[in-house]
Amino acid sequence: MLGRLTIDAIPLYSWVAMGGAAVTVGGGLAVFLLITYLRAWKVLWTDWLTSVDHKKIGIMYVVLALVMLVRGFVDALMMRAQQAIALNSEGYLPPEHFEQIFSSHGTIMIFFVAMPFLTGLINIIVPQQIGARDVAFPFLNSVSLWMTAAGAGLVLISLAVGKFSTAGWTGYPPYSGIDYNPGVGVDYWLWALIVSGVGSTASGINFIVTIVKNRCPGMTYMRMPMFTWTTLCISILIAFAFPALTVVAAQLALDRTLGFHFFTNGDGGNMMLFANLLWIWGHPEVYILILPAFGIFSEVVATFSRKRLFGYTSLVYATACIAILSFTVWLHHFFTMGSSANVNAVFGIATMIIAVPTGVKIFDWMFTMYRGRIEFHPSMVFTIGFMVTFVIGGVTGVLLALPPADYLMHNSTFLVAHFHNMLIPGALFGYFAGLNYWFPKAFGFKLDAKWGIRSFWFWIIGFYLAFMPLYVLGFMGMSRRMEHYADPNWQPYLIVAALGAVCVLCGIVCIAIQLYVSAKNWGSARDVTGDPWNGRTLEWATASPPAPYNFAVLPEVRDIDAFHEMKLGGVAYLPPGRYEDIVMPKSSGLGPILGALSFVLGFAMVWYIWWLAAVAFVLALVCVGIRASDDNTDFVLPAAEVAKIEAERLGQVTEADMHDMRDFQPIGPASGAPLAGRV
Amino acid sequence: MNTAHSFPLVVKRLPIIFVLALTLLLQGCGLSDAPVLFPKGPIALAERDLLFTAFLLMMIVAIPAIVLTLFFVWRYRSGSDKAAYTPDWEGSWKIETVVWFVPAAIIIVLGTLVWQATHKLDPYKELASDKPVFNVQAIALDWKWLFLYPELGVASVNELAFPADRPLSIEITSDTVMNSLMIPALGGQIYAMAGMRSELNLLADEPGVFMGRNTMFSGDGFADQHFKARALSEEDFTSWKDKVLAETAKLDAETYLELHKQSVANPVTYYSSFENDLFKLILRKYAPIVGPYESKAAELICRGAA
Amino acid sequence: MADSAQVAELLEHEEKKSLESREFGFWVYLMTDAIIFALLFASYVVLSKNSAAGPTSNDLFDLGHTAGETVLLLVSSLTFGLATIAMAAGQSGRVVQWLFVTLLLGLGFLAMEMVEFYGMIAKGAGPGTSGFLSAFFTLVGTHGLHVAFGSLGICVMIGQVLIKGLTLPVRSRLLRLGLFWHFLDIVWIGIFSVVYLPGVM
Repeated sequence: MLGRLTIDAIPLYSWVAMGGAAVTVGGGLAVFLLITYLRAWKVLWTDWLTSVDHKKIGIMYVVLALVMLVRGFVDALMMRAQQAIALNSEGYLPPEHFEQIFSSHGTIMIFFVAMPFLTGLINIIVPQQIGARDVAFPFLNSVSLWMTAAGAGLVLISLAVGKFSTAGWTGYPPYSGIDYNPGVGVDYWLWALIVSGVGSTASGINFIVTIVKNRCPGMTYMRMPMFTWTTLCISILIAFAFPALTVVAAQLALDRTLGFHFFTNGDGGNMMLFANLLWIWGHPEVYILILPAFGIFSEVVATFSRKRLFGYTSLVYATACIAILSFTVWLHHFFTMGSSANVNAVFGIATMIIAVPTGVKIFDWMFTMYRGRIEFHPSMVFTIGFMVTFVIGGVTGVLLALPPADYLMHNSTFLVAHFHNMLIPGALFGYFAGLNYWFPKAFGFKLDAKWGIRSFWFWIIGFYLAFMPLYVLGFMGMSRRMEHYADPNWQPYLIVAALGAVCVLCGIVCIAIQLYVSAKNWGSARDVTGDPWNGRTLEWATASPPAPYNFAVLPEVRDIDAFHEMKLGGVAYLPPGRYEDIVMPKSSGLGPILGALSFVLGFAMVWYIWWLAAVAFVLALVCVGIRASDDNTDFVLPAAEVAKIEAERLGQVTEADMHDMRDFQPIGPASGAPLAGRV
Repeated sequence: MNTAHSFPLVVKRLPIIFVLALTLLLQGCGLSDAPVLFPKGPIALAERDLLFTAFLLMMIVAIPAIVLTLFFVWRYRSGSDKAAYTPDWEGSWKIETVVWFVPAAIIIVLGTLVWQATHKLDPYKELASDKPVFNVQAIALDWKWLFLYPELGVASVNELAFPADRPLSIEITSDTVMNSLMIPALGGQIYAMAGMRSELNLLADEPGVFMGRNTMFSGDGFADQHFKARALSEEDFTSWKDKVLAETAKLDAETYLELHKQSVANPVTYYSSFENDLFKLILRKYAPIVGPYESKAAELICRGAA
Repeated sequence: MADSAQVAELLEHEEKKSLESREFGFWVYLMTDAIIFALLFASYVVLSKNSAAGPTSNDLFDLGHTAGETVLLLVSSLTFGLATIAMAAGQSGRVVQWLFVTLLLGLGFLAMEMVEFYGMIAKGAGPGTSGFLSAFFTLVGTHGLHVAFGSLGICVMIGQVLIKGLTLPVRSRLLRLGLFWHFLDIVWIGIFSVVYLPGVM
């Protein structure tokens, strides 16, 4: 009846695991009780969970990412604490537990922090940047969100019911196969990946179509903001790469559940196939995480340097180059598998070539700052921190791309330091910059800058403290994923790294305080114009937070910096001559229901509860069938209603709220003439 | 060390340790025996030198990138209105050319370097030497390394001994999950995979004892899956050989099955002989096409005791 | 308040736009599906000789049976095409008839595939026997699963045509289902030439 689910699934085996379970269950219960106490269930359901509004979906994605960030970071902290003390001792974590922690840390950070964070920001911003009223498929968007949430739910519940994978976030077989890893851990990992992966693929398709089809008049491809460009590139990457993840995860699941032999030792299995398929997804995935951050940096650096973006065309081509090249380098993740020198050399060189367009981007941002007026808004500070730190990660990346050097550094903490050096400054700092930059757009008030800057300093100092020692430890021959070690020379470095993790903890606390303080003082930090930073692109033309339809009248674009140009021309806040009826998508409960069903399906498959899996699957099919037969998914917002909303908004904007655009007025015949310093 | 005591001790000493660690970092102490930085063999040395060369080459771009970024941030900060301001400046062919072509040139140089180095340092390439190659077969087990010495007819667990003046050629496979064999002081690693034979060719400069280990996470005993690699002088090697040959234990098929069971932190063990073609049989166990078994021992090793 | 005729017109305009997006989106989806098949093909090619202790493709494949499956599927593509032509002519009765024929052919294909699978498993050549058979069952089975979902889609569409008639969204859905069905044909031709033909050579 319940498959292999018995009372033994409750982690009574260690107090640390029990603590984790208690926090997870307690946290869930607390949220449940709070919502019940506030009598907010109805509002939550009708206004948020069932919403197909891309801005609300985006906000929910970001909330999911931040919650999971805390969970994933606790894992990191526990690992650092373990390694700091585990010289010739077991530390406080038995191997089996330590393994679960590094596996869930990687899985959570990639799939349930980075992915939802970037998808959330894209959701909130991209439709507005291209002057659209919504994404192409609002309902599919909701399904994507809830499938991602379902995957996150599977990872979370593994804390309380059963165990998580011990095979690392890459889950290489045969170790992750049923012979060496019975239990439910790897299955939790697999089903979390499959469920959220399908959601991500749908997101990718959605944004390809949105950007190709829904751009407003005048927005040619070469007038799209950089963030939109990076979104288009990664959406294509997602559509091409995520099927590989689905295939490889499904194959491993078949191996484990039905006794297939794709990757088993013997019986005709081949583990090298897994490594290839995984990294055919995995390498593009790195750029899926990083490119949107590059887009954010491009927006931020232009806005806060008070200058046009330098080398827009170059940046577009560099982005496209990176996207294409990202499919040609997967083998560099396993140079040590014994491929011939020719193969290794070709993949090594292909990998290094990516450094060229990436380097170009850094220089283009740098020259955007050149002869600018840089303001140190938290998002800009994160950008500067990224530019400096990312260069180091790029250098170590090229080092690892040299096959002979990789033979020395592969599987070492040097590698761990390298990819954290790419993903923390390269991706996470970008998302934080985006959070600080676009928060007022989503909520209508600004985030507290002081706490933002504080969080930045803790993060960057914590990053250097935590990962520079790991580079050194790589030289000292320390492998990754060691639960304890015998070399006393390593310990000082590991203690410094643990201090770094504590420092990052302070950074996270600062972000929490920042959110709290900003919410408390929201009245004084309100953004009336919808354009708090004197921004340049179209998302600043809408209200903050935007009306459900974003734009009452679709804008017409004549420049890359469309809104900047409107402000210069003095037409930014003029009411249009006439409003029109607007067609809007209706909310739908099917999105969260499909998410819940995929969670149940995943859970049932993990525990071999076949009947439940079948029921969930059939119900999901029924839901899809219902939706596919529904011709009544839209409603009309009448022009009069639109006029009322817009009048209210424009009525609040006074002359004094508008930005002084005098600095930007062209001087002399050539608009490029430098302005001398103001007197 | 007792876990319960070690934690508060560490916490109490945190400030001291912090200062100590910082000094260590700054002075580069504790790094003097870092195997990657101070290799003990020509292969590892060449790999390290490649690392350093590439690092220095990249500094041509990396240092200007970091310095210019910081300089521009300071120079063009808002409020310092002495600096020029060009709000509409959006591109320059000269700058674009430099930022595309200088990194590209470096990558071309690096690419050439990589092409040559990858071929020169191919782990499968036999090393040129006036002395004959010393062959060893390494088998990854849960969680230990078994070394077979076809030349001597002996076997050892968690210790690899070889004559320091002869090139070492290791054939590698696994009778468990994926492992990776590495002796950092002598050179880079290669995966050990069941049913597949990989190879690593190394050379030591002089006699010495080096740390070797599995670097690929393989389960609960992974942290302890390391071994001593002993490069021995001629006479030391002879006496090592005699010591092992005098051992009564023999690694026949039954003993191998016993050894194959999971165990953590195995002590060093010697066997004066091993089952004929043991390495081949272990490869055979995971062959993509299974045919009839050639011997009783083959069947035992391939199909287990059951 | 806008009058209802205006609203209806607006809704229809938006619907057209949205259906256009759907058609483009469906092409993109088919591409992701094509990648799934491409990787399953790759897996099969890698594992096709790894028969372990089990039978090889020579022992198992019956080209006559496969030819029968091929004919059914190819003809079903033709009949779906005829349904599309009938749709263009606005003959909803014809559409239903041809869809029904397509459904029968699709189910016939699935039945033949089941027979093949069942026979293999009965001979001790199930997917758990060897890497080769795992890859075979996964590739061919995934295609079969697609045909099953396609058949389910045909049922839903027959219902929609009968109840709603050939409205704009119904036509668009039918067009997309057709794309899906023809796509499965192409994949099958791939399976025939990569799996079955070399398998008996």
